[in-house]
Amino acid sequence: MTASTATQDVYFFCTCLVDLFVPEAGLDAVTLLEKSGVRVHFPEEQTCCGQPAYTSGQPDEARAVARQQLGLFPKPWPIILPSGSCAGMMRHHYPTLFAGTPDLARAESVASRVWELSEFLVDVLGVRLTDYGVPTRVALHTSCSARRETNALRTTRALLGQLDQVTLEIQDHESECCGFGGMFSVRHPEISGGIVRDKVAAIRACGAETLITGDCGCMLNITGHAAKTGTAITGKHLASFLLERALGLEALTKKGGAK
Amino acid sequence: MSQPLNFVPVAEFRERARSVVANPDLQKSLRGAMDFLQAKRSAQFPDDAEFQRLRDLGEAIRQYSLSRLPELLEVLEAKLTENGIQVHWAETPEQANTIFIDIAQRHNARSVIKGKSMVSEEVELNHALQEAGIDALESDMGEYIVQLADEKPSHIIMPAIHKTKVEIAELFAERIPGVDYTDSVDELIQIGRKVLREKFAAADIGVSGVNFMVAETGTLCLVENEGNGRMSTTVPRVHVAITGIEKVVEKLAHVPPLLSLLTRSATGQAVTTYVNMISSPRKVDEADGPDAVHLILLDNGRTQAYADEQLRSTLQCIRCGACMNHCPVYTRIGGHAYGTTYPGPIGKIISPHLLGLDSTYGLATASTLCGACAEVCPVRIPIPDLLIRLRTEAYSNPATASEAVRGAGSAYSSVAMALWHAWAATYRYPALYRLFTWCASRFRFLTPGKQGGWTVNHRAMQPARRRFRDQLKDRA
Ligand code: SF4
Repeated sequence: MTASTATQDVYFFCTCLVDLFVPEAGLDAVTLLEKSGVRVHFPEEQTCCGQPAYTSGQPDEARAVARQQLGLFPKPWPIILPSGSCAGMMRHHYPTLFAGTPDLARAESVASRVWELSEFLVDVLGVRLTDYGVPTRVALHTSCSARRETNALRTTRALLGQLDQVTLEIQDHESECCGFGGMFSVRHPEISGGIVRDKVAAIRACGAETLITGDCGCMLNITGHAAKTGTAITGKHLASFLLERALGLEALTKKGGAK
Repeated sequence: MSQPLNFVPVAEFRERARSVVANPDLQKSLRGAMDFLQAKRSAQFPDDAEFQRLRDLGEAIRQYSLSRLPELLEVLEAKLTENGIQVHWAETPEQANTIFIDIAQRHNARSVIKGKSMVSEEVELNHALQEAGIDALESDMGEYIVQLADEKPSHIIMPAIHKTKVEIAELFAERIPGVDYTDSVDELIQIGRKVLREKFAAADIGVSGVNFMVAETGTLCLVENEGNGRMSTTVPRVHVAITGIEKVVEKLAHVPPLLSLLTRSATGQAVTTYVNMISSPRKVDEADGPDAVHLILLDNGRTQAYADEQLRSTLQCIRCGACMNHCPVYTRIGGHAYGTTYPGPIGKIISPHLLGLDSTYGLATASTLCGACAEVCPVRIPIPDLLIRLRTEAYSNPATASEAVRGAGSAYSSVAMALWHAWAATYRYPALYRLFTWCASRFRFLTPGKQGGWTVNHRAMQPARRRFRDQLKDRA
């Protein structure tokens, strides 16, 4: 793995979902960044970006939680998130959420420094990966926020494209939402279930061995539905997949399981 | 016709949605129809940069028009009146119907032929006419099918998109006297045409919707493919157009970009077969056209949306239907499940103004906020942002709720609010957050196996053995 820039400091915002449910994705993201020559700082006081409350129509609660994050990044370093959806929240919605409050300037400063992991790897670090893995076929699901609020679709595909033993299979209706939508999946299971059912079927049908995604919300939605219905889909966060391919160290990522 | 659809209980919305999602045939036909419409649209916009430029223009025209709405409506009224078109203002659906029936009675009308008009659906005109003893027949093929089946449109552009060919064939054989079963599409269309042609000649009043109203010239623009719109507005001796107050633009030059966006977004056509421009009744030296033209302008909650800077963008809509064609929720539940005149994403953002948030907030929450709608909307309505706003209004405390939307605060529950308070109280204090997540992970074996709506479709979520932050420390 090579990167074009000299040592650089970055903040890592792991997201609450990774912290509690998919820690290996966070660890692999940190390892990836470090192997790319970046010094990673993890502000211990971080909790959640506030998105669950924001999208549920609770802006006061969202603001209270989001405000806590604003003070965590005093140095002008980039802030890297292993999630397109939380990155979209901080980049696009923080300025709206804090509009007209004394915290707006801090919110804008954070928003302007936020990077989804793959964006940073490709557009800033310009990483070049060497594939040490055996030939495999994967499907990629890009979350709607990642697709529409970041450049992660392009950069994630670029990273997978560097792995010459990996074939990207495009599932039917690839660009369609997986039906997660945070609280939507809990509040409207009758609709959410119909959407994720089709997503699981499309991924199964495309012949991929692994489902790759940069968003743990979508991953837990898709693999959680697959598990409930007895469909075999292995989901991996992009960071974990890249790491095991590029370092040829599959065993390393098998520790500390979630799910 | 069924009872007016002005109340949409949230629980029934769920039940309707559930039954459609569980019906494999409906799922297949909905998906097929949406795929077809998506493909047609995308073929019209091969160059994304061109599409973005055109929608910039469309958005700007609609925003400009709305910024001058009161003034443009005055100019429009004056110009239309000068042209001999009689203008009527209706604040509510009831008023619109009263005005219509009054016009009908003045003209001794006993039968009405209708071109496609979603606003007439919104006010349930057919229902009101029936009660007044006036015969109303839909002349748009899709509307005709829906009327024959005693149903409501399930899509704003394709009213009968929920019906399969075989269902239509059976319907025609059963309900049209003297018609034998055929499932040849051509023959079905011919049968429908024949029935309708006869009715055009006999109808006293023709009804239409309006796509754009031009203030400066006093022109009503009507876009259609079947020619029934032209027939409805020219053959009967009276033409009554009905539409919402937001459809006005200032100049004729504002129409072509909107028209191009509308037809390409709606049906994937560069232009429709008919574009009607109606500027007056028949003049003395003209051979045909109606003797009288009326326009009913409906408010029905639109001024409420207009009054709020953010919600005003709802009125930019040109009713192309692209948002529903691209919506993963609409694709799963179809149009009828919503229970409102306008289904899909546009229905979720406009219905609270028409019907009140108390009966419609369940629609605002029924979205993943994926943004597919906003991506295709030809006038750039930020639909997901509006949904978040409507959720905020619905869940706000009624004691302090804003007055921007009727029914604000109706989804408020003190239990849910207490949970959000608890969540925020935990997540805003890092020490509490750490304690909470530490416990969740340490006592993960206590995680409930049933997790509300989540475990309806998923295996239960279980926290990891050790949190990310603990594992990060280990490896340092
Ligand atoms: S909201 Fe936009 S996409 Fe939906 S019908 Fe209106 S103009 Fe078309």
